[in-house]
Amino acid sequence: MVDVLFFVFAAMAVGGAFGVVLQKNPVSSLLFMVGTLGAVAGIFVLFEAHFLAAIQVIVYAGAIMVLFLFVIMLLNLGHDYKADIRSGLGAFVAFATSGAIAGFLARQFRGAADNPIYQQFPGPEGMDQLLAEQGIVGAIARPLYTEYVVAFELVAILLLVALVGAVALAKKRA
Amino acid sequence: MLVEALVLSAILFVIGTFGVLLRRNAIIIFLCIELQLNAVNLSFVAFSRYLGIDGQLFVFFVMTVAAAEAAVGLAIIISVFRHFEAVNVDNFNLLKW
Repeated sequence: MVDVLFFVFAAMAVGGAFGVVLQKNPVSSLLFMVGTLGAVAGIFVLFEAHFLAAIQVIVYAGAIMVLFLFVIMLLNLGHDYKADIRSGLGAFVAFATSGAIAGFLARQFRGAADNPIYQQFPGPEGMDQLLAEQGIVGAIARPLYTEYVVAFELVAILLLVALVGAVALAKKRA
Repeated sequence: MLVEALVLSAILFVIGTFGVLLRRNAIIIFLCIELQLNAVNLSFVAFSRYLGIDGQLFVFFVMTVAAAEAAVGLAIIISVFRHFEAVNVDNFNLLKW
């Protein structure tokens, strides 16, 4: 069951990703992106990362994608698609570079399933026990406020700086 | 299921790279960068199922930084649009006005 769901979500994610790249209308691209993010959130659930799946749907697919949509509509880009997708040399460079990355990654994955390093991985039992003891949110919250508290505070400052920076950049010059 | 998830993550990352290089619309390029970040997040979550909770914390931080990056990037796009009346990246390749 879990395997079947994984492949369903994987097909949705890949199809949505192709939609993002190939749709001419930016609004359609964006809606395909929301589909991809939703499918990836489904895969997060299959890996027992329920908190991150919720964050992915609420923050990513909800807030960030709506921010993109606001900008597309503010700039009125819905019907201006001339010369968006590159052709000729630009398309060749795109195919060559992503093909090279794909080839490199495919080499890494050849025979990956019987790579000895995966035999040394502990099974999912440890994580199951942690989630059963501390709950789904507690398992993330405890290290977030102890080991990673400095990074957490820095990220809060980063968000404040980004907020001020975005307002300063986007406002009309006097 | 770990290897399948890593392969899916690689596929999404390559599609994102392809989109960044193929499109000229700055907003679509941003979307493709978000797609690449999400592909990496998928790898982190898949590994965290076997190696402990820290992978999920990394994903949490990546998502926060992605949100900050999207806000500043879109503000830059609005600012550029005021100048050129377009968001075509071929217009702004000099890092100056």
